[in-house]
Amino acid sequence: MLDAIWGFFIIGGILTGAALGRMDMVTAAVISGGKSAVELAITMGGVVAMWSGVLKIAEKGGMIDSLSVKLTPAMDFLFPSVPRNHKARQYIAANFAANFLGLGWAATPAGLMAMKELQKLNKEKECATGAMCMFLTINMSSLQLVTVNILAYRTEFGSQAPAEIVGVGIVATLITTLVGMLAAKIMDKVG
Amino acid sequence: MRLLLVISDFIIPVTVLFIVCFGCLKKVKIYETFLEGAKDGLKTVVEILPTLIGLIVAVEVFRSGGLLDILTNFIRPLAQRVGFPAELAPLSLIRLVSSSAATGLLLDIFRNFGPDSFLGRVSSVMMSCTETVFYTMSLYFLSVGIRKTRYTLPCALLANFAGVIAAVLLVGMAFGK
Repeated sequence: MLDAIWGFFIIGGILTGAALGRMDMVTAAVISGGKSAVELAITMGGVVAMWSGVLKIAEKGGMIDSLSVKLTPAMDFLFPSVPRNHKARQYIAANFAANFLGLGWAATPAGLMAMKELQKLNKEKECATGAMCMFLTINMSSLQLVTVNILAYRTEFGSQAPAEIVGVGIVATLITTLVGMLAAKIMDKVG
Repeated sequence: MRLLLVISDFIIPVTVLFIVCFGCLKKVKIYETFLEGAKDGLKTVVEILPTLIGLIVAVEVFRSGGLLDILTNFIRPLAQRVGFPAELAPLSLIRLVSSSAATGLLLDIFRNFGPDSFLGRVSSVMMSCTETVFYTMSLYFLSVGIRKTRYTLPCALLANFAGVIAAVLLVGMAFGK
């Protein structure tokens, strides 16, 4: 699947560029794309390392453990195949919490570690497990309750009430998460 | 509004403060532990760097070649036919691929229609309840070498589609058109 999407982006992009006479822009994109990825990684390196460090303190102090214990009923429902005391549950809990609070890149290290732990439970290493599909679907359904960036842009463009969309935004976020969760649950049962 | 912005200024430092104090109380060797975690974090970033390069190049090529424009132009009349605001079709598509490109479109909408217009409000809500699916999915799956993603993509797309519809309907209900 990932090969297909990536191939579609690259091949489709270059062929359309050739057809529309935009090859100069495609050339620039190839070069600048690699460059901006490395730049992003450098910025990200600092932030991710910082949050991983803080996360480790929370982990050793037993904070993440108690968070995942509190979430046991939800975790049992969403990830029945992951044993109760497994580390994957802790990292998933930490990832959800960070996403929820809008901590952005703080969520990434926990999320990647959750994937690593889920992979340990996986028997077919190249194929996603039901727990992975559920975890990523929820992750990609947007968990962040208040997107502060958007409020800042609204203020910048002279909105009379920048925060008036917060309530609607929260309801919409809940809807996306519920839809994703249900869809993944149904697919898990069917497939 | 003011309160929300103040809270957002507080949330990161307070989270760090809370965790570090908690660590002290539990007698964790805080700095040593921090360094241990930070080292793992850096390793992770180095490990995912090739994935990032591949992703960003693909997205840039896709955008600059004009394929994204063609796809949005194709979706526009379809959207209109089902009563979906055509101006929002590009945003809902690009949002799945690139967060920065989507922000650019959002600001265009703010500039042309104003943040307090129907389109301005809907696009604000859309941005808050959707995610860059392509990027997130590739990053997480490739970091552990998964190639068969099974039903993840359809489920995530369905969730995001529901978000777009919900944004249009809820804003219409809450603020009128």
